[in-house]
Amino acid sequence: MIYTIPQKELINPGHLACQGCGGALALRTVLKTLGENTILTFPACCWSVIDGPFPYSAVKVPLFHTAFETAAVTAAGVKAGVKKAQDPNTISVAWAGDGGTFDIGIQALSGAAERNEDMFYFVYDNEAYMNTGVQRSSATPKGAWTTTTPTQSPKKERKKDLVSIIAAHAVPYIATACVAYPEDLTKKLEKAKKIKGFKFFHIFAPCPPGWKINPQDTIRIAKMAVENKMFPLFEIEDGEKYTINMPNPKKEKNVPVNEYILKQGRFRHLKEDDINEIQAFVDKRWEKLKKLAEI
Amino acid sequence: MKRDGKKIIFEKAGDLPPMAMSLGTTEYNETGSWRNERPVVDSSKCTGCGICWKFCPDISIKEDANGKASIDYFFCKGCGICAVECPVKAIEMKEEEK
Ligand SMILES: Cc1ncc(C[n+]2csc(CCOP(=O)(O)OP(=O)(O)O)c2C)c(N)n1
Ligand code: SF4
Ligand code: SF4
Ligand SMILES: [Mg+2]
Repeated sequence: MIYTIPQKELINPGHLACQGCGGALALRTVLKTLGENTILTFPACCWSVIDGPFPYSAVKVPLFHTAFETAAVTAAGVKAGVKKAQDPNTISVAWAGDGGTFDIGIQALSGAAERNEDMFYFVYDNEAYMNTGVQRSSATPKGAWTTTTPTQSPKKERKKDLVSIIAAHAVPYIATACVAYPEDLTKKLEKAKKIKGFKFFHIFAPCPPGWKINPQDTIRIAKMAVENKMFPLFEIEDGEKYTINMPNPKKEKNVPVNEYILKQGRFRHLKEDDINEIQAFVDKRWEKLKKLAEI
Repeated sequence: MKRDGKKIIFEKAGDLPPMAMSLGTTEYNETGSWRNERPVVDSSKCTGCGICWKFCPDISIKEDANGKASIDYFFCKGCGICAVECPVKAIEMKEEEK
């Protein structure tokens, strides 16, 4: 078999994620590159459940479960601890959902970013509070159904531009990544491992029950989101050097959002006008990103 | 405390660890029982490209002695990602028999 990402597994099967979970796949891919000398911190999120009931765990590295709003500060504390007590090279990782990051965890996240703590912060973004039954978060895109934004009044506000907020902290490294492009994610992790200071990863991770998609389509839909620029792949160094890293720039020219939208039950109520509005928003944001990357 | 294979059984209060710490892995959990459909690999078509392996969220695809994909039915939840992503359509989803 051809292995394009590290072969070693640092999560166990038998974990409790739903069929086709993007969030489960995201951590499987990330830990392969971070390696064994890693300590994880999970706030409340699906991964607190995926990990399995006491006394079992699905991850092969030490893991600390913490309160919903405290992922970043707990992981910063873990790093301070290992620096004194054990191996200063141990990687400390905060691994949180979009709710725990864009909403309730943002003050701890901003604090850790501002202090430039030597740690990784990952948000696996499934665009809602999935663990508690699909409530909207500030990462939910405009127009989406959730249980708190029902089809008669879908979400009115656009998705928060969190990456720009983190960039305003001028941290050394920020990357967006997607579960459908594990080689890109692995490459970015290799690069980030060599950087001291705060490293932020925003990973796009579809959730079949929350998005009302067939579990078999997790990767297909994740790929579409990158191709149509709903979720472009890029890096930001020191808060100012933008690099776009789209996997197939030729193929990705002018891919419309339609197919992506129509494939998901959470967008089924949208009319043509709504889809055109989403397209205009995506186009505008893409132009802005290209300007920032100076291309 | 007893172990029954990968399962951990606490027999009395004194068996409990001093804090909520992990004592074993989720490999005790036969998530294969969740499956409605099972992926079946046609080894004559499989090229060993590893694409199904890298996208399986459940670490349920291994390499067999001939370098082809082989499914671990103890854990495979039957999501169907491997069948959709296989570039040569070597994996087919078949309805699970009782
Ligand atoms: C202070 C606090 N409020 C609410 C909760 C309940 N809660 C647990 S997980 C969760 C949703 C998490 O959503 P997200 O961070 O997006 O992760 P996901 O479940 O989508 O993976 C909520 C609301 C909690 N544990 N603590
Ligand atoms: S609800 Fe969604 S994010 Fe949570 S375990 Fe299931 S598929 Fe994964
Ligand atoms: S059906 Fe899903 S869980 Fe089963 S082997 Fe394929 S990708 Fe893995
Ligand atoms: Mg979420």
